[in-house]
Amino acid sequence: MTTSQTVPVASPPKMFKHGVILCLFCLGFGLILAITNEITLDDIAARAIEDKQNSLSQVLPDDLHDNNPVTDTLTMANAEGKELTVFRARKGGKVTGVAYEIFGTGYAGEIKLMMGIDADGKLLGVRVLAHKETPGLGDKIEVKKGPWIERFTGLSLGNPPLERWKVKKDGGDFDQFAGATITPRGVMVAIRSGLEFFAENKTRLTEAN
Amino acid sequence: MANSDYKTIVKDGLWDNNGVFSMLLGMCPAMAMTTSATNGFGMGLATAVVMAASSWLVAIFRNRITTEVRIPVYILIVAAMVTVVDLGMNAWMHELYKVLGLFIPLIVSNCLPLARLEAFAAKQPPVSALLDGLFMGLGFTIALTAIGAVREIIGSGTLFADASLLLGPTFKVIEMRLLPADMGVLMMILPPGGFIVTGLLVVVKRLLDLRAGKEIQMTGAHAV
Repeated sequence: MTTSQTVPVASPPKMFKHGVILCLFCLGFGLILAITNEITLDDIAARAIEDKQNSLSQVLPDDLHDNNPVTDTLTMANAEGKELTVFRARKGGKVTGVAYEIFGTGYAGEIKLMMGIDADGKLLGVRVLAHKETPGLGDKIEVKKGPWIERFTGLSLGNPPLERWKVKKDGGDFDQFAGATITPRGVMVAIRSGLEFFAENKTRLTEAN
Repeated sequence: MANSDYKTIVKDGLWDNNGVFSMLLGMCPAMAMTTSATNGFGMGLATAVVMAASSWLVAIFRNRITTEVRIPVYILIVAAMVTVVDLGMNAWMHELYKVLGLFIPLIVSNCLPLARLEAFAAKQPPVSALLDGLFMGLGFTIALTAIGAVREIIGSGTLFADASLLLGPTFKVIEMRLLPADMGVLMMILPPGGFIVTGLLVVVKRLLDLRAGKEIQMTGAHAV
């Protein structure tokens, strides 16, 4: 397949030539990349905002706000000290709900979710943003693949009581899937800690500015 | 080595010298991205675009690239084309990007484009090289779609699920459910299914070739 020519040790002037050739190619293709980046920059940023908007609109119902939650944000530190962006839904200036990302540990790594919660601490909805769970088993946490995640809408820290916020296998109220317990358990833990985060920071999260 | 006869190039790429089923190159995407026919098809097309563009560029510069630095230059060219496809898909084919995005950068480490640059594009005029890259890529697409189709039918009971996300709403009609949802054999969508189906399809291709080859040999023997 390949030509098996022996490469003689290059003398310095020749080495210089190779270096120049390589350098020119790097410059040329670097330029192409810079141009492509410049052309696609705005579209990619627009797509990222659309994605965020889509996931937010699923956890912050439209009739709850008259502002744009994507741009009305608040940065806080979560329980692990990680920076967290909180998206706020307002009606007439008053905060009616907030949404933020929560993280759970699944079977195959981190599960990233977006959680919406109203000003009274009631869940407006939870949606999976990214995960690496087994297709056909753990991916039933996606709303596209099953209604499981919708079960949480309307619940809050006291409903059901805190000790029942577990999967059935651990003595809680929530179904696991056949063949997958770790995934729903990870999601449960994430939602519970998300609710606790809200309870601890309620005043800060719901104040008007 | 194939000569620059265009028909041979097309036939080699699509079937005779198929990247996956004959040369067994590019196995990583061939197994990782084929949990459904749609995913395989999308990944194959992205690879075909990268291969056609990089083969063409290498052929243009083939007399400028010295032997000593050819490998870094090839990798540079493939990587640049992959990045262009990656950015372009993110901006203009965003739904598809969400499905394939994670795997596009992996085209850089796919050995099929590099193998074709070294074995073909480096010695051929640009038009032949472009054709070779394109049809090797399309052969790759056919292979990935076939593997994906078999795994999807047995694993989830569907065929071309979510094709409308990739190709637009008009292609909703090709989304089929062939088996009830709970009849899928999960293993086929998991990694072992990739190995099993790829292996079986390689066997199928060899058998077909063998049958065709035998007839050719027999007629040849009779002629003598």
